Amino acid sequence: MADFETPKLDDITTIPTVKSGTMEHSSPYVAKPVIQEPLGFPGELVDDWENVAVAKLGELSNKYRALRVYLDSCVKCGACTDKCHYYLGTSDPKNMPVARQDLLRKVYRRYYTLAGKWFPKLVGATDMTKEVLDDWYSYYHQCSQCRRCSVFCPYGIDTAEISMAARDIMDAVGKGQKYCNEIIGKVFKIGNNLGLPEPALRDTLEDLEEEVEEECGVPVKFPLDQKGADVLLVTPSADFFAEPHIDGLIGYGKVFHQAGISWTVSSHASEAANFGMFIGSYENMRKVSMRIREAALDLGVKRIVFGECGHAWRVAYSFLNTLAGPFDFLDPKYPVPQHICEVTHDLIQKGVLKFDKSQNDHMVLTYHDSCNVARASRMGSKPGGQFTIPRDIIKTVCNNYVDMAADSIHDATYCCGGGGGLLTDDLMELRVRGAKPRMEAVKQVVDAHGVTNMAAICAICKSQFTKVFPYYGYGMDMIVSVHQLVSNAIIMDGAQDGGDEDRETAEDAPQSA
Amino acid sequence: MALTGIYAFLFYLAFVVLVAGLGYKIVQYARTPAPLKIPTTPAPTTRSGVALRMGREVVLFESLFRSNKWIWIFGWLFHAGLFIVLARHLRYFTEPVWWWVDLIQPFGKYGAFAMIIGLVGLWARRLLVDRVRYITSPSDHLMLLLLTAIGVSGALMTFVNHTDIVAVKAFFLGIMGFEFASMQPLPGDILLLLHLGMVVLLMLIFPFSKLLHAPGLFFSPSRNQVDNPRAEPGLRAHDSRHVAPWAVELETDRKA
Repeated sequence: MADFETPKLDDITTIPTVKSGTMEHSSPYVAKPVIQEPLGFPGELVDDWENVAVAKLGELSNKYRALRVYLDSCVKCGACTDKCHYYLGTSDPKNMPVARQDLLRKVYRRYYTLAGKWFPKLVGATDMTKEVLDDWYSYYHQCSQCRRCSVFCPYGIDTAEISMAARDIMDAVGKGQKYCNEIIGKVFKIGNNLGLPEPALRDTLEDLEEEVEEECGVPVKFPLDQKGADVLLVTPSADFFAEPHIDGLIGYGKVFHQAGISWTVSSHASEAANFGMFIGSYENMRKVSMRIREAALDLGVKRIVFGECGHAWRVAYSFLNTLAGPFDFLDPKYPVPQHICEVTHDLIQKGVLKFDKSQNDHMVLTYHDSCNVARASRMGSKPGGQFTIPRDIIKTVCNNYVDMAADSIHDATYCCGGGGGLLTDDLMELRVRGAKPRMEAVKQVVDAHGVTNMAAICAICKSQFTKVFPYYGYGMDMIVSVHQLVSNAIIMDGAQDGGDEDRETAEDAPQSA
Repeated sequence: MALTGIYAFLFYLAFVVLVAGLGYKIVQYARTPAPLKIPTTPAPTTRSGVALRMGREVVLFESLFRSNKWIWIFGWLFHAGLFIVLARHLRYFTEPVWWWVDLIQPFGKYGAFAMIIGLVGLWARRLLVDRVRYITSPSDHLMLLLLTAIGVSGALMTFVNHTDIVAVKAFFLGIMGFEFASMQPLPGDILLLLHLGMVVLLMLIFPFSKLLHAPGLFFSPSRNQVDNPRAEPGLRAHDSRHVAPWAVELETDRKA
């Protein structure tokens, strides 16, 4: 299948001994000028790049308190060294969070601290050289920005912040990553990561309507650019066609339909993902976010709801108000934005939705907390709602559910291995190895409880697991969407089989004027 | 007498460098914007909740406890020992001695052992655990050496080879009162001079080293931010937004 060996799974995740350089060869394709320039980055490595990089580092440490404090504060205690899934899966010491940070910190020290200027050897400071840049390119693209290290650091040092800064510096000198930057370009040009233009999106959604009506007998609508709808649904574009993502989209549609909530997708903002975050570019992240504001204004919606996507929910929950607010033009009764799980959960609480749990009886489920949802956002009004709300939904629609080991869920969850802009085939070895800790936790519940499927609420997780499960001997369809489970179990009014004929028919559900 | 003058000068210098250096870094941290809300979640949703979270980090090393019990026990022993030892040392700088400083004297004397055990434990990890060995720079060993030597020299004076502590106190009260005319001579025993010299060195390097983790923790956005970034119901006005001054300047494309 590939030119590397899939790691053997241990019964419990163990800490490997250091093996230097095992992943030195791993680095993603470099972006060509045609990809770099639309994002405002130099097309290729600029002359004098050493000085440009050092100056950019100085600029960023003046703009981001986190970066400066984190570069100054690390005491090298070692608490984070065994927390990164990439270290656990590769044994490469530069994948230990502190060592990854040090790749940037040693340059910061050299140029921006007295100790590094006067005693570089003593404090491990080095000049900005080609070797350093190559190391950055390789190892800052072996960080999925999942923040697991920041949970365990006594000062909360977040390697994601460091790797975002490093990628921003590399973009500034003209060494950008093809995968992320090409995708951001597509969003600017077409409106989504996949480059799915409006007519194709319209066809896809119409096909989906036919398919769903055929399957459940209820004319569930999947509207596009419908002015005056109550809800603007912003969802990862993978939801429009990939498995199991699309089954999740069907679930959102059924929930909205059944609750009588009018909604629409926008062709202008047909993407929840925001890869501007991965490359640490505030400006690109802001521009992508502004499309959502523009779409909401243009369509005259009252609420914004995000579909199942991990990092998108971080940008939405934590950053959208900052980047594209204020949202004083939306209905003040609802938070802006809301997660689809919050919407579904609220409707369940209010008794609006009814389920036939037995529809999911062929599965024994577990749930993978996606890193950005778990450690960089929230759902509901209480801290930790991001853990309880999706689980509550699953338990409402399924009879068989078990959690994975405590050190691999909630805020200690392991990244799927494909987050942070690494979900590209040129990093396949990294993705497979990085998935090892999660696979070990899965194996435990498969062996002990007969778990058949794992649910997630992140497009990247779903794509990653679809690809990686087979490497470890599991089926690619083992990964399912949470709203796929909702879709399976929801009892639709007017449905042909098992529907309650006395209730209002689906046609009465408001679709707005 | 020359020795007394040199040490008096060194302490003034070290004090100025420590206060000015730390002050500079603290002002720098405070002035650097945090443009995005990035608390590591689950995070408190109120300021008082954040104060509690920070309190647990500072006093109990909560995150470190979750992370690694060995680093936690050694690190906590060292810091707790250092804290009580420093508190005990207040008696050499106050006249009359505050009642609570008197009260902790018996514990404070043994704080040195907690400190030294903690430091030795942390040092052992640097040498024995391959991951920690990999991330260790020469400066990390030197820092441990300096702290351990300060602790050991202090403990030796407390338990083995007493110095003329009354004279030491007179010296410090003198330099604190800027009484240059009647400067009290510092005793000349080598343990004391070493101990004080190393303390001066520690004060001098504090603002330029990883010891900045002390102020840094309070400015760490992943720990000190409130989890309230979203436009919650009823909060739609512009002032509910968290926007850095430099980020406002980017907003030229904003429709009403």
